[in-house]
Amino acid sequence: MNLRGVGVSPGIGHGPAYLLTARVPEPPEGATHAGDADQEKERAVLALAQVAGELEARGDRAGGEAREILKAQALMAEDPGLVVKIRSLIDRGVAAPRAVHEAFTKYRQVLAGVGGYLGERAADLDDLRDRVIAQLTGQELPGLPPAGAAPYVLVAHDLAPADTALLSGQAVAAFVTEEGGPTSHTAIMARALGVPAVVACAGATTLRPGVEVLVDGTSGEVRARPTESDVARAESVDTARQAAIDRVTGPGRTKDGHPVPLLANVGGPGDLDAALSCGAEGVGLYRTEFLFLGRPDLPDAEEQERAYRAALEAFPGGQVVVRTLDAGADKPLAFLPPGSSEPNPALGERGLRLLRAHPDVLEAQLDALATAGAGSAGQLRVMAPMVTTAEEARWFAAACRAADLPVAGVMIEVPAAALRASDLVAEVDFVSAGTNDLAQYAFAADRELGALSELHDPWQPALLDLLAGILTAAARAGKPGGVCGEAAADPGLACVLAGLGAASLSMGPAALPAVRAALAYHTLEQCRAAAESARAATTAADARAAARAHLPELEALGL
Amino acid sequence: MGERKATVAAEVGLHARPAATFVQTAMKAPMDISVAKVTGGQRVNGKSILQIMALDVRQGETIVITAEGEGAEEVLDQLASIASTP
Repeated sequence: MNLRGVGVSPGIGHGPAYLLTARVPEPPEGATHAGDADQEKERAVLALAQVAGELEARGDRAGGEAREILKAQALMAEDPGLVVKIRSLIDRGVAAPRAVHEAFTKYRQVLAGVGGYLGERAADLDDLRDRVIAQLTGQELPGLPPAGAAPYVLVAHDLAPADTALLSGQAVAAFVTEEGGPTSHTAIMARALGVPAVVACAGATTLRPGVEVLVDGTSGEVRARPTESDVARAESVDTARQAAIDRVTGPGRTKDGHPVPLLANVGGPGDLDAALSCGAEGVGLYRTEFLFLGRPDLPDAEEQERAYRAALEAFPGGQVVVRTLDAGADKPLAFLPPGSSEPNPALGERGLRLLRAHPDVLEAQLDALATAGAGSAGQLRVMAPMVTTAEEARWFAAACRAADLPVAGVMIEVPAAALRASDLVAEVDFVSAGTNDLAQYAFAADRELGALSELHDPWQPALLDLLAGILTAAARAGKPGGVCGEAAADPGLACVLAGLGAASLSMGPAALPAVRAALAYHTLEQCRAAAESARAATTAADARAAARAHLPELEALGL
Repeated sequence: MGERKATVAAEVGLHARPAATFVQTAMKAPMDISVAKVTGGQRVNGKSILQIMALDVRQGETIVITAEGEGAEEVLDQLASIASTP
């Protein structure tokens, strides 16, 4: 049986499956207590306190990050709102276990409704609820295999911090869960332990206990009953993948020498070391709003200059693309408030729209950039976020010229701007396609919604078409057109973007080595053929497969 | 009625560790403590980690913390400083 999920912690792991799936059964609806409400309330409060104490003790034994997580979970067990709810249910005659179940359900719905990080915390509440009910009903919770057992593959619906806190990297060969995302505890813990993990793996809990399982934390592949040669092959692919990636150094270029500068996305001077150590040739997206989140006022010129100069000095001779403040929507800045309350902030006053409403803030930032850039060794390029029309691009370019900034560009992340890319390119010196927002707006799909993640697959042919349009418009005008965003971090897609004419690719530093290797093993001609085949496909999966058929070395590299 | 405004500086917002530290400190105070976003909306119990989490305060958002009674000013100072610690 082969399953597939999302790899969230890289590497190969194999061992017998250990299923942690038994849940405490739901206490029957309508269950009542014998009549002494006070005694029943005392019983419930005692059970909550016992579970909280046990979680804290486990946290103390585990130490580190697990300790913080379990402490927070212990606080939830004694949450006053929860306790009030349980007490009032018991006063109405509900038996303690059922009261606990109902009170937790209420809070779970609130957290799950918020989604994202909080939605993933709902699993913590389920675990807590089961522990309290088990305590009240005298049930045993399923435990882990005894220490010293052969490394096993831990399979579960979802793992709670209490499940994983006392695990060591030696005991577990890999994690596989049906639920969870990249920010779930399973993912965080697995990366901290250095253990491969696959989450969102449908069907994982149908694996038979004890069956041998092979897990690829990079590709997300989970294989039951692998042969010895399957295991050997997966391990050698993984070793070769790492070695092949590590062997390729130097600036980004295709096998035949076509240069594709590989740049890093950074949020502040603190990210520069990681960018340098991953071999970035410059900065392709400096998200300046992250420097100033949580600040009541715009930081003064000197502080701004310092932050910008740090990046320019880190990359002498390299390009440093600074994006002016991209505030609004999910990144509000106190000193850049929108004009009115916004029922739909993603479609509201954000990015350049806000800067036009607060020209003094933009002017101060551009002046600080000009001072930092003057006489510096790096090549400073400045670009505006969330630009929609050529008129906006012209306005921003004029503001840069007035501040003595020689190179001005715009990000293209709104479909209207992508469709008329040549009009925008004509007004500026360069453009950069921001694939995350471009996908969000082109597919009318909120980036944060897991349920819509299929629409955010960067291989969607409609997104490839928009990117092709942007890059072609830039090439025709003889100006650089780059790509920043998650799409550039996928090694196969990075080759496709190079084939579409991307002048540079910018991504989170960790993705740089694999992308560098993918480019180095393929010619520009292969990249172009891959791009053409991908755009001829009608689904994201077909586009990926069609492109990879022209990029044979990806398979060999294990990418 | 004492009141403090604080802009949440931690990257995770008022969740995880910052939320736990905030609630642990609030629980030690004898008086009621409430928290709301400065933009209005729901006012929640500052001693309830679940309610604080559900308020979903992100980095850069400003909250209003309210408390009344003896020692309230000191408690408010402490809580405001926890909320604005990065």
